[in-house]
Amino acid sequence: MITLEKTSSTFAVVNVTRRSFLQGALSASAFVLCVAKAPLFAKAAGNVVPGSAAPSIDATAFHPSIFLGIQPDGTVLIVAHRTEMGNGVRTSLPRIVADELDADWSRVNVIQGDGDERYGSQDTDGSHSVREFFDTLREAGATARLMLVRAAAQQWGVPEAQCVADPAHVVSHKASNRTIGYGDLAALAAKQPVPKKEELKLKSPSEWRYIGKPAPGYDVTDVCAGKPLFGMDVRVDGMLYAAIAHPPVLGGKVKSVDDSATLKLKGVKQTIPIDPFKPPHHFQPLGGVAVIADNTWSAFKGRDALKIEWDNGAHAVYNSPDYKKQLQETARQPGKVVHKIGDPDAEFSKGGKLIEAEYYAPHLAHASMEPPVAVADVQGEKVTVWSPTQNPQGVQEEVAKKLGLKKENVTCHVTFLGGGFGRKSKPDYAVEAAVLSKTTGKPVKVVWSREDDIKFDYFHSVAAMYFKAAVDDKGMPKSWLQRSVFPPISSTFDKDAVYGSDGEMSLGWNVIPFDVPNFRSENGKAVNHVRIGWLRSVANIYHAFAVQSFANELAYAANRDPYDYLLALIGSGHTIDVKQPPDVAAKYPYDTVRLRHVAQLAADKANWGKKKSGNGWGMGIAVHRSFLTYVASVVEVEVDSSGAVRIPNVYTAVDAGIVANPDMVRSQFQGAAVFGTSIARTGEITATNGAIDQSNFHNYPVARMNDAPVHVDVQIVESSAPPAGVGEPGVPPLVPALCNAIYAATGKRVRELPLTRNGLA
Amino acid sequence: MVHLKVNGSAQAFDGDPDMPLLWYLRDILGFTGTKFGCGMALCGACTVLENGKAIRSCSTQMKQLEGREITTIEGVSTHGPHAVQKAWAAVNVPQCGYCQTGQIMQAISLLSSKPHPTDADIDDEMSGNICRCGTYQRIRAAIKEAAKERA
Repeated sequence: MITLEKTSSTFAVVNVTRRSFLQGALSASAFVLCVAKAPLFAKAAGNVVPGSAAPSIDATAFHPSIFLGIQPDGTVLIVAHRTEMGNGVRTSLPRIVADELDADWSRVNVIQGDGDERYGSQDTDGSHSVREFFDTLREAGATARLMLVRAAAQQWGVPEAQCVADPAHVVSHKASNRTIGYGDLAALAAKQPVPKKEELKLKSPSEWRYIGKPAPGYDVTDVCAGKPLFGMDVRVDGMLYAAIAHPPVLGGKVKSVDDSATLKLKGVKQTIPIDPFKPPHHFQPLGGVAVIADNTWSAFKGRDALKIEWDNGAHAVYNSPDYKKQLQETARQPGKVVHKIGDPDAEFSKGGKLIEAEYYAPHLAHASMEPPVAVADVQGEKVTVWSPTQNPQGVQEEVAKKLGLKKENVTCHVTFLGGGFGRKSKPDYAVEAAVLSKTTGKPVKVVWSREDDIKFDYFHSVAAMYFKAAVDDKGMPKSWLQRSVFPPISSTFDKDAVYGSDGEMSLGWNVIPFDVPNFRSENGKAVNHVRIGWLRSVANIYHAFAVQSFANELAYAANRDPYDYLLALIGSGHTIDVKQPPDVAAKYPYDTVRLRHVAQLAADKANWGKKKSGNGWGMGIAVHRSFLTYVASVVEVEVDSSGAVRIPNVYTAVDAGIVANPDMVRSQFQGAAVFGTSIARTGEITATNGAIDQSNFHNYPVARMNDAPVHVDVQIVESSAPPAGVGEPGVPPLVPALCNAIYAATGKRVRELPLTRNGLA
Repeated sequence: MVHLKVNGSAQAFDGDPDMPLLWYLRDILGFTGTKFGCGMALCGACTVLENGKAIRSCSTQMKQLEGREITTIEGVSTHGPHAVQKAWAAVNVPQCGYCQTGQIMQAISLLSSKPHPTDADIDDEMSGNICRCGTYQRIRAAIKEAAKERA
């Protein structure tokens, strides 16, 4: 999600053993703790969608955030209330609880939480699962541990101070050589008053058993066995299957439909029109015609046989080549000032050496391996939805709104996601399933084909950027102007939105990590013609591409080594004012010493400068801070005479503060290098007369094994700083580092993505 | 009527002969370990074994399968995890995991014809299988691990 660093939240732990949460999962005598989020902070912690009101929180209501329970047999149940989509949260979050609880990890069962506002925000995006819940989860585990210790002390009639929780899942009393298992203590522990936060003894980092230690995914065996874990795998008795013919152009409507050929097909049951949305499109279904069948294949075939005449509406004017010219033209004109330091214009008017450059990056589609899919079962006033969603509360809200029901009457079971990358924060496909279930009176599974997924995405925005710098006689910038223009994500929520939101500006644009005395960042207007949404690292992608490419251009203009020059630009280190909320700024100051450090680590590991660039071989470097994490990437390329690019190595260095699970972090950054490679090599979505030109992996290629980086080295800085994001920050620096490497190897400057637009492949 | 074996069991299919094997496996037999990714044999998520060799089930019609033996991911681990599955877990390959069953089936097919594949063999065989999370480096490592295990 594009916003805005969240404030840290305060939580209180409440004993809910006798309450009804998790009914069914727990036996009657189990000991259950929940962590209640103090209502005062709930508003601040919510994901603020541009254009929508912040959720209102009833100050007297109970707002649990996470749960853990201990069964009489000693099994520890920990709820994963965030979404698993490859980010590893079903492993990393429960292990934080288990560590402070001194639980035996082999006896922990992870339970996936349904959509429920009592958990606080469940919207799994913006790389905040660990950083937002780290303290809370530790306190939850420590609270339960203390209550177990007190229960044991009470049972034995010995002082609490003589009892310790043990990694073997027991409390022991050394003096009398007695131990008692957590399960045996569960009933008595549940009767203990909940300790105050001040009474908790959190472990010191040297005592951590799970935090900071590598661990395989909790679900790895089930995943490799092909267990039905994903939304695509959901099967409900009596379920029908639906495929939907969506309007080819955003806002289009059905003029006429001939479904006679469709209805003749074996397996097809009926066709159902779906109403077009009322602007803004938000998370509403796009409209169109649904084909209902008794299997997915027949639904697809039935859809292909529909003859529909569309009224394409106003967005049929959208043609990518013309639009690109408009964006570039706007980027050359003064825009809205986002941030200013000193007096850049005064410096420019002094004359001297000026360097200008323009960059362009097209729309991207998410293309998660599992296309959007949802099953809904509407029974009177109650709805049950099974969906791979990053945003289960959004599913509840949108389904309720569409069907005119109360949100509490919509149950959303969260399945595993076959990739999300931001697409599955938008629940339009779950709303489609609910509408069709209501119409048919049966459970309906809506399956999007790959073509639906690519043509009807919430696209990552296209962007044009303009730069100008005045440099001194050593080639260092005295003044720096940068201007970006892109249709904003807010246009999804407000049809009149044309400027980038504060959130988008905070993603690598309002400030740069360089010590430049005069600076101005600007943003220009752009009107959207497709649905715009957030995609893994969001506006950081085009902003980092442009800023880090321009820095590289300045280095060559100064006749300097790009790495040395980058260090000189960063300077000796300073704290940057990034307009973060005060408590975030206090906890996560933007400290360029850390950025400098990761640049040095990556360059050292890559043996930067040991081999001369040119003749088709080169290295490129880029740095970027996003989601509070400092990342440097060095990319090594080989480019042959036909323009074919091979990437033998990527060296990444990461400072994400404390990391919960280093192996997962390594996975995230290895994956981000491949994701970035896809963006750089071939990522391009275009439109003709409002309709998207691409449809499947033949014309929207993504990196395969033979064109991905062969080896991605990930160094993780050991740090005691608070945890920061890891899911997204690997993507932004990869793209400019790759383009800079290509320049070093060939002298060819990539100012427009993807590489295929530059005679490279 | 098409007669075939799926994971060792005899099956008879009298539906639409054009139906891809993928949807027969998923919607009719309930073997949902085989995934839908593209429908055009471009991504490999739907990979199964036909008489021991990897095929794309999304683009193989039922009418082509008379007398054939199909093995899905559910069929490779009836006697405990397959060596390739064990290697996948040891290297902690999956991120989201959606494509991994197809990757594993492709790797099983590779190792059955080339028990000790080179990097080039692995790239050739596995580049039809897309992983959007980008686990390729670990997939390569896991295949080598499995090859060692079987030696």
